[in-house]
Amino acid sequence: MCVAERSTAGFEELALPLFDRLYNFAHWLTHNRDEAEDLVQETFAKALKGFSSFEQGTNFKAWIFRILRNTFLNSRTGLKAATVPLDVQDDDAALPVEKETPETILIDRASERIMQEAIEELPVAYREVLLLCEVEEMSYQEIAATLTIPIGTVMSRLSRARRALRSAVTEKLQRNAS
Amino acid sequence: MTHEPWIAQLDAYLDGELESGAMQELDRHLRECAACAAESLRRLQWKRNVHAAGQRYVADPVLRERVRKSIARGDAHAIWWRWPAFAAVAAVAMVLAGFGIVQYKTRVVRENQIVSELADLHVSTLASATPVDVVSTDRHTVKPWFEGKIPFSFNLPELQGSPFELVGGRVSYLEQSPGAELIFRIRKHLVSVFIFQDRAVQAGLPVNEVRDARSFHLESWKQGELRYFVIGDTGAEDLRALKDLLAKAK
Repeated sequence: MCVAERSTAGFEELALPLFDRLYNFAHWLTHNRDEAEDLVQETFAKALKGFSSFEQGTNFKAWIFRILRNTFLNSRTGLKAATVPLDVQDDDAALPVEKETPETILIDRASERIMQEAIEELPVAYREVLLLCEVEEMSYQEIAATLTIPIGTVMSRLSRARRALRSAVTEKLQRNAS
Repeated sequence: MTHEPWIAQLDAYLDGELESGAMQELDRHLRECAACAAESLRRLQWKRNVHAAGQRYVADPVLRERVRKSIARGDAHAIWWRWPAFAAVAAVAMVLAGFGIVQYKTRVVRENQIVSELADLHVSTLASATPVDVVSTDRHTVKPWFEGKIPFSFNLPELQGSPFELVGGRVSYLEQSPGAELIFRIRKHLVSVFIFQDRAVQAGLPVNEVRDARSFHLESWKQGELRYFVIGDTGAEDLRALKDLLAKAK
């Protein structure tokens, strides 16, 4: 087997098991099936092309998710999404602790549909950090590597994303109840 | 008993991100404190709900197969997946061409890809209603804004007495690498300056080159470990003047 074949086989072994996860993440970012499909194809093409620069033994999942996310950010949809300002800066002081209230109990019972709508409406900076943590179950270190941001920013952004999600779900439940 | 210091650690605890000492301490507390244990359970349930809701989209099996076949073929250009006929023609052309020609073409294609990508980024900036994320004419505001957002730092020039005005900046990406995009105004033209780590871009573009990029002029040079690209529809001499200012910045 020549070097190129070995490289392709190695890439396939690492990348294909992540296909479904990459597609799911791409669709969440783009909100559109066609764009998500293009984004995934572009990601695999770029990753295959750059596979020789991937350092064996390092985190392949973070590496290929970073390629997907950067490709998205440079797409028309991504550029538009990235201009949506966050309400606050990432390095603001720690958030106050949430306490259980009748409202929080109610939102714990939110349907999957309401939850999905609320995730979809989050600014992309919150949506991506939340999905990488809760769905991809990446460590803070892996998320930092994927998004090329410091770990402290991952923690504060994640905290704000969770708060924003709870707030959005609450609002939807109240709207549905009235 | 105050629960807040414990509750403040719950998310990191459930994410498995607390250090082992703090993890054990919180474990012990949760066994003894019903209120914190209930809150922990509530947050765990919430995490499960988000996890389930987040697994929403399923790819078309046809797409998966197409990607798998493309990997097996070693295709590194997404466009080939969409136009197989183009791939076939290109493959034949490459076989017919000599090794030297292929190498030369590869370099030219790569250069053109980078130039095209930069032109796209500049056009997006021009078309955007909010072209910059940090809006300031003050270099002492714009430069610190990038700290922690990109993996390097750079210097901005003093523009007083020059025809250039700093409009602001934003984070940009080229070849999956984060970098800085700075927007300058000269007369009525907007010029984008892109700065990336040279090793990340590995552009292979000749140093000190001015070239045309879809009706824009583009100037590229390497400075230390950084690669600069200046692109705009103003004259090449304006780009050179801006390059000189950037090169001398301290």
